Amino acid sequence: MMAEESRKSRPRFKKRSLLYSDSRFGRFRRWREKLIELLLFLSAFASVAITFMIGFILIVESIEFFKVVSIWEFLTDTEWTPLFAEPRYGILVLLSGTVVTSFVALAVAIPIGSIVAIYLSEYASSRVREAVKPVLELLSAVPTVVYGYFALLFITPLLQRLNDEIPGFNMLSAGLAMGIMIIPYVSSLSEDAMRAVPMYLREGSYAMGATRLQTALKVVFPAAFSGITAAYILAISRAVGETMIVAIAAGLQPNLTFNPLDSASTITSYIVQVTLGDLPHGSIGYQTIFAAGLTLMCVTLFFNVLGHYLRRRFREIY
Amino acid sequence: MVNSSIYPVKAEVKSLNFYYGQVHALKNINLQIPEKKVVALIGPSGCGKTTLLRCFNRMHDLYPGHTYSGEIVLHPDEVNVLSKDVDPIEVRMRISMVFQKPNPFPKSIYENVAYGLRVRGIRRRSILDEHVERALRSAALWDEVKDRLHSMAFNLSGGQQQRLCIARALAIDPELILFDEPTSALDPIATAKIEELTNELKKEVSIIIVTHNMQQAARISDYTAFMYMGELIEYDETGKIFTKPSKKLTEEYITGHFG
Ligand SMILES: Nc1ncnc2c1ncn2[C@@H]1O[C@H](COP(=O)(O)OP(=O)(O)O)[C@@H](O)[C@H]1O
Ligand SMILES: [Mg+2]
Repeated sequence: MMAEESRKSRPRFKKRSLLYSDSRFGRFRRWREKLIELLLFLSAFASVAITFMIGFILIVESIEFFKVVSIWEFLTDTEWTPLFAEPRYGILVLLSGTVVTSFVALAVAIPIGSIVAIYLSEYASSRVREAVKPVLELLSAVPTVVYGYFALLFITPLLQRLNDEIPGFNMLSAGLAMGIMIIPYVSSLSEDAMRAVPMYLREGSYAMGATRLQTALKVVFPAAFSGITAAYILAISRAVGETMIVAIAAGLQPNLTFNPLDSASTITSYIVQVTLGDLPHGSIGYQTIFAAGLTLMCVTLFFNVLGHYLRRRFREIY
Repeated sequence: MVNSSIYPVKAEVKSLNFYYGQVHALKNINLQIPEKKVVALIGPSGCGKTTLLRCFNRMHDLYPGHTYSGEIVLHPDEVNVLSKDVDPIEVRMRISMVFQKPNPFPKSIYENVAYGLRVRGIRRRSILDEHVERALRSAALWDEVKDRLHSMAFNLSGGQQQRLCIARALAIDPELILFDEPTSALDPIATAKIEELTNELKKEVSIIIVTHNMQQAARISDYTAFMYMGELIEYDETGKIFTKPSKKLTEEYITGHFG
């Protein structure tokens, strides 16, 4: 009754708003579109701005650091003892820890993740796939601190049983735990990339008398290469940036070594260590973490650029 | 309907029935494929041409819900390629296929053509080189690509890509080649080239070609099979099908009354 009345009272208005775009509603709609566009732009802009701001702060603080320590010394010194009476600032020491733990992690995650991806995409029935994927993704949902203790209290004793000279803190154990955590990053993205390969390419391979494995390895995998590269790069960034596991299980002694059985500090674990300590702001010891952070950012930036380049180079042409 | 002029016979389809799940897509097909001739499959869209073609190399085995019964006997050794005891890979090593849309692999021109040999475990460079060159020559592509054998296949034009796929199919010395509307994605010049090619190829190999283009069937085939709603309506020499078909349905289709 009420609705009928109000409909009757505004028939002309309704008609106009449908027919004329310059009616009051039309103008309001255009304003609203503009406003929404502005809001969307601002949030996109904000994330870009924040990224730049982080980089800016890292650089500004690092400049202070590099006024005291030369870049040459920073890059070539073989000791990292910023808190000693005779401080030395060789980032290679921390970098070696990062490289070794990441290498171990990737040596686990890339082969296993790729095999899992090939299995899920080319062999598993959709029922198996739907069951396995969420379980697998759970691996990366486990808090990293749990992986840290898993490495320290389970993997390390296991390794020590094989070789009793392995120290309680070692990079191998931390790297292995990290590798397990990273498997789903590799498998999930690689599988998506492989499943996006069109069926007619697979059919072309089968029609030539290829087996399933040949089709997967010789046709589907190369066809999905750009997506798979993206997965690998993400895994590398994840490994290089991982903090908790190495801080707990790899030990915190700066140690220039490429032996995974040694204990060593990584760039990330050094940063946590200093951040948790009570070094005064502005002191050179405190500024080391910005120089270390900047180094880390350069490494991940390098891999992102590399990934971007490879993706463009091998972009699928379908 | 079985024509006594078809001799020697390369392949024989006997009481072939095919189902996509519940859909009965091929109904009791009987057909003889002559050796070193071109057989065209024509008929309106959805009549089952592709389905029939893909039975020959067991492509349907890739999909769980696709079932079939009957026989396709390959001569001279009389092996029934549809038998459960025959490995589909063996079948595909003897019968190769060219698809509707060119589907080169993300590899170099050379590796595309060598693919069928490589999956057979052939690694000797001299053998590969020889087969690749011969196949590319047979596909009338050699002169256009001989200086860039190691560049990516994607850089070729659509027509060249399709001829590359033909070279790929030829490199394994097949006994029978299946073409599924190989020119439907190509321009008239590229189409003419491929039609010319089938004329050359039939000196060496038996050919079955699906086409929705009746002029094409008339131009290039020796025998034509007309299908309609999953049934083989008429099968005869191409000249006969296009001048005096014996079935009313065939005549209506040929004269463009439907389809
Ligand atoms: N994958 C499939 N699943 C279910 N039905 C299909 C499938 N492919 C084709 N069909 C059906 O089977 C019939 C024959 O198809 P097809 O052999 O592709 O015809 P044509 O090649 O003559 O156009 C059509 O009715 C089509 O809808
Ligand atoms: Mg078809």
